[in-house]
Amino acid sequence: MLSALLVMAAIATVLGAVLGFAAIKFHSEGNPLAEKIDAVLPQTQCGQCSYPGCKPYAAAIAAGEADINRCPPGGEEGIQKLADLLGVEFKPFGSDTAAPKPKSVALIDESTCIGCTLCIQACPVDAIVGAAKQMHTVIAAECTGCELCVAPCPVDCISMPVIGEKIGNWKWKYPLHAFAVAETAEATR
Amino acid sequence: MRKLHHFHGGVHPPSNKAQSTRTAIAHAPLPSRLAVPLHQHAGEAAKPIVQAGDRVLKGQLIGMPDGFVSSAVHAPTSGTISAIDMQLIAHPSGLPNLCATLIPDGREEWIARRSVDYREHSSAELQHLLRMAGVVGLGGAGFPSDIKLRIGKQKITTLILNGAECEPYISCDDMLMRERAVEIVQGAEILRYMLDADEVLIGVEDNKPEAIAALQQAITAGGSALQQNKRHEVVTIPTIYPGGGAKQLIRVITGLEVPSGKLPTDVGVQCFNVATAYTVYRALAHGEPLLSRVITITGNVRNAQNYEALIGTPITELAALAGTLPDTSGYIMGGPMMGFPLPALDVPMVKATNCIIAASEKLFPPPPLPMPCIRCTRCVDVCPADLQPQDLYWFAQSREFGRAQKFSLFDCIECGACSYVCPSHIPLVQYYRFAKSEIRAREHDKQLADQARVRHEFHEQRIEREKREKAEKLAAREKAAQTAKLAGTQSLTPQQQAAQTELEAGRAHIIELAKSEVEHVKE
Repeated sequence: MLSALLVMAAIATVLGAVLGFAAIKFHSEGNPLAEKIDAVLPQTQCGQCSYPGCKPYAAAIAAGEADINRCPPGGEEGIQKLADLLGVEFKPFGSDTAAPKPKSVALIDESTCIGCTLCIQACPVDAIVGAAKQMHTVIAAECTGCELCVAPCPVDCISMPVIGEKIGNWKWKYPLHAFAVAETAEATR
Repeated sequence: MRKLHHFHGGVHPPSNKAQSTRTAIAHAPLPSRLAVPLHQHAGEAAKPIVQAGDRVLKGQLIGMPDGFVSSAVHAPTSGTISAIDMQLIAHPSGLPNLCATLIPDGREEWIARRSVDYREHSSAELQHLLRMAGVVGLGGAGFPSDIKLRIGKQKITTLILNGAECEPYISCDDMLMRERAVEIVQGAEILRYMLDADEVLIGVEDNKPEAIAALQQAITAGGSALQQNKRHEVVTIPTIYPGGGAKQLIRVITGLEVPSGKLPTDVGVQCFNVATAYTVYRALAHGEPLLSRVITITGNVRNAQNYEALIGTPITELAALAGTLPDTSGYIMGGPMMGFPLPALDVPMVKATNCIIAASEKLFPPPPLPMPCIRCTRCVDVCPADLQPQDLYWFAQSREFGRAQKFSLFDCIECGACSYVCPSHIPLVQYYRFAKSEIRAREHDKQLADQARVRHEFHEQRIEREKREKAEKLAAREKAAQTAKLAGTQSLTPQQQAAQTELEAGRAHIIELAKSEVEHVKE
């Protein structure tokens, strides 16, 4: 009787120690689900989802506080990716979110710029260079097209031209062709 | 006799090469205008270093290589640069790209040319010379040759020269081998020296007996230099499409298989086109940058022929030389299997343009309407890359790119053998090209997103740090004021002390206000 109790107690102690050790050893900083969601988001940092950046939005989705259809730069494909990741149904964009737009990049009209630095402070990815009372310019390769610099500009010298199709980013199109059977079915109808 | 191997699949389309091999290579006359694109090679575009109005000499550098994978661009003849602007180029997109327009003065005045004895230079020095001479692969991809010669610690045992020219209609390599075999073999020896390879094998399909004989004669005539201990050999390979694909040719000649996602150098082999070897020889032995190439003009023309034409010559002028027949409906750049229809006729030829086919309804009747895939797996039987084309088609058309990638989509060489045999006439290669470019675009976007994430995190950290530093500075100043006050108050009368306290209270209030202002701005 006593030996049985001792054995059980010993097993409990050992298992407890293993679990305790595992809890410390395999402790993960932050929320792994939020990180996975953040990896899917386009990192525009535009705040159109009403959160102050992609990471806070990811955290809100992970906590179940936000819907998956609030990211216009990600497009419908982004919603689909989030739906796949979280195992939930696809949800189209709501009426309160902006419609997805083609990718654009900020352009400062350098002859109008007065060097106020307000856009530099607004840029979430430090993609604008310049100093007080000096002309500013956008590092196009780093610009995410978030448009956060447009509103603060007191002289409205920032425009957002669409990147558009060039040889460098041109893609082969989805082959468009009718199928012969579809054609005959159409004809008989 | 060397034991040859086989690659999986392959097809036998009608070769249609005889039309353009009846006469020798002709020199195309100087065109009225040349448009030289600054991006004719794989990698980064060259940077223009001349301006509109500049007079340039034949062979003068007009585009500086810009980036690791890049190549130089030269003026193909002497004349005046009339513009540097966006013009339509030979690209399946039909989009314009930066070109330098050159009006020839007809004098053909050369820059100073310097011949180089390759044996006196290291491989790295020769690589630089080739980069500055604008030497790129002339087989079709236009990959800068200096990068392919920049091998690390790998030992290259075999240098293979690709003279297979398996695609129908094209005969420019065949004619070059027949007429300029000596230069090709000498170029091969330079490449072998640079790679420190043990042997040079020139693979030629058995439908080009004249080329094989010419190369063999050139090797024998080359004498001791070529035969000392390094073997040069012409290997006759069976005619089957796509036997000229680099991986397929390596397989047939050496029996080695280049693994998925690896390069030929990983199995100790490097492969160059015969025309590239010729260009390497001209660049080093004669100091001539890549200014012209041999191009086949064939199809629906009166005299199909090969021309040596300057880079930048408008295709219209070349087609006129061969005499386009009136029922021509369009032009194909490259061969009928892998080429693409030209968006416009006045586009210039580039370094990678090996063939222009005038198309007519009679030569290339429009394909019948596609029917659904019946899973007959004929495409599997002919795929030279050992893929499952019917599965790749399925994934591409349903946009399941992840699964397409798992089924080795990127091993597809887009040879078109599957589309050629498909009984349902499905444009399979178009689907693979679509899927490949979508996957590439997604990978590019992902890279940009990761970059933006890192920059945003750094931005947040910086804002945080600035806030903290400001607060610390403020606290330190307050503390200093406090100590100064304590030291000062001991010698004051009670009235003075009361006044001081009042002043302090006011000051504290102002500091509080300023602080909340700072917070406000930061938000």
